Amino acid sequence: MRLGIVAMLVTLAPFFAHAQGPASDPSSAAPPGSAFSIPQAQLLQPDALNRLLQAAGADKPLVLQVGSHVLYAQAHIPGGEYVGPGSQPAGLQSLQSRVASLPHKTFIVLYCGCCPWNHCPNIGPAFTKLKEMGFTNVKVLYLADNFGANWVDKGYPVEQGR
Amino acid sequence: MDADQTTGMRMWQNALRRSTLTCSLLAICLGAIVTQMAFAAGSLLHKKAPEFVRTDFNHRTVDLNAYRGKVVLLNFWATWCAPCQLEMPRFVAWQSKYGPRGLQIIGISMDDDPAAARSLYEKLKLNYPVAMGDEKLGELYGGVLGLPVTFLIDSHGQVRAEYRGETELNTIERRLKPLLLHPSR
Repeated sequence: MRLGIVAMLVTLAPFFAHAQGPASDPSSAAPPGSAFSIPQAQLLQPDALNRLLQAAGADKPLVLQVGSHVLYAQAHIPGGEYVGPGSQPAGLQSLQSRVASLPHKTFIVLYCGCCPWNHCPNIGPAFTKLKEMGFTNVKVLYLADNFGANWVDKGYPVEQGR
Repeated sequence: MDADQTTGMRMWQNALRRSTLTCSLLAICLGAIVTQMAFAAGSLLHKKAPEFVRTDFNHRTVDLNAYRGKVVLLNFWATWCAPCQLEMPRFVAWQSKYGPRGLQIIGISMDDDPAAARSLYEKLKLNYPVAMGDEKLGELYGGVLGLPVTFLIDSHGQVRAEYRGETELNTIERRLKPLLLHPSR
């Protein structure tokens, strides 16, 4: 009986882990620039970001979308700014210009959600760029499937428009 | 203006300021709620597929209405979407195999840059029409807020299935075959 419970817990463990982030912290083994290169400690769950944005008087982060402009125009996090796809030089240049004058301790949250986390081409390069620039308080919104499934469908607030 | 009039004017101005603030807050809240409702009502399953007219990469008109009588697989994709690029060669094969039995695949690129989309369209030798999408078309289809997204539309123009995110392609093929002419073949 006890063995059965242990086996069940072992079987279910990856499902619970997926709800929080990648199953383990594979950032050390991940190729540079991939979403998996982002340390788990830097990931922010959708619910945590929503609570942060709703809290009165809290230190609000600068929220930057580093993916598709067409997707941003349909729905984005209220107050979030579009800076361009992190997978392209123009997008990284735009990100660099946006944060260039900010203190390195500025609280910044990056997000994309264009496609499943393990396929996202934008979030890893954008995170790496901010790290290279010396920013020390950068978090990344963990969207396992995409922005629609993990933010909009959960009922978190959105804005529309370019 | 005497003291009473000044006080009255101030009270009126304060009331106006408060009501303006209340209205603004209400408008913001309503805006957020309306946005949520628009997306909550997004599923098109068993509904008529929203009509649209676009121009494809070969400068031909893509009018969804004109495909009535055919089974349409409407696929939203983008060049930065890795799972989309895994799907497209299979769609090319389906267009060849099932086209004579009434299947018409239509691709809608959600790229920001049409040149990138056209380049991939040519590289993959897509044998079905592809046009550029935008936020209006995305919203019409319940919000395309992550790719790939594919709709299976029957010959009467009704949405029979929608696939959001990575989908096992055999599942789509199994679902579309019975809708075609001579489904048993």
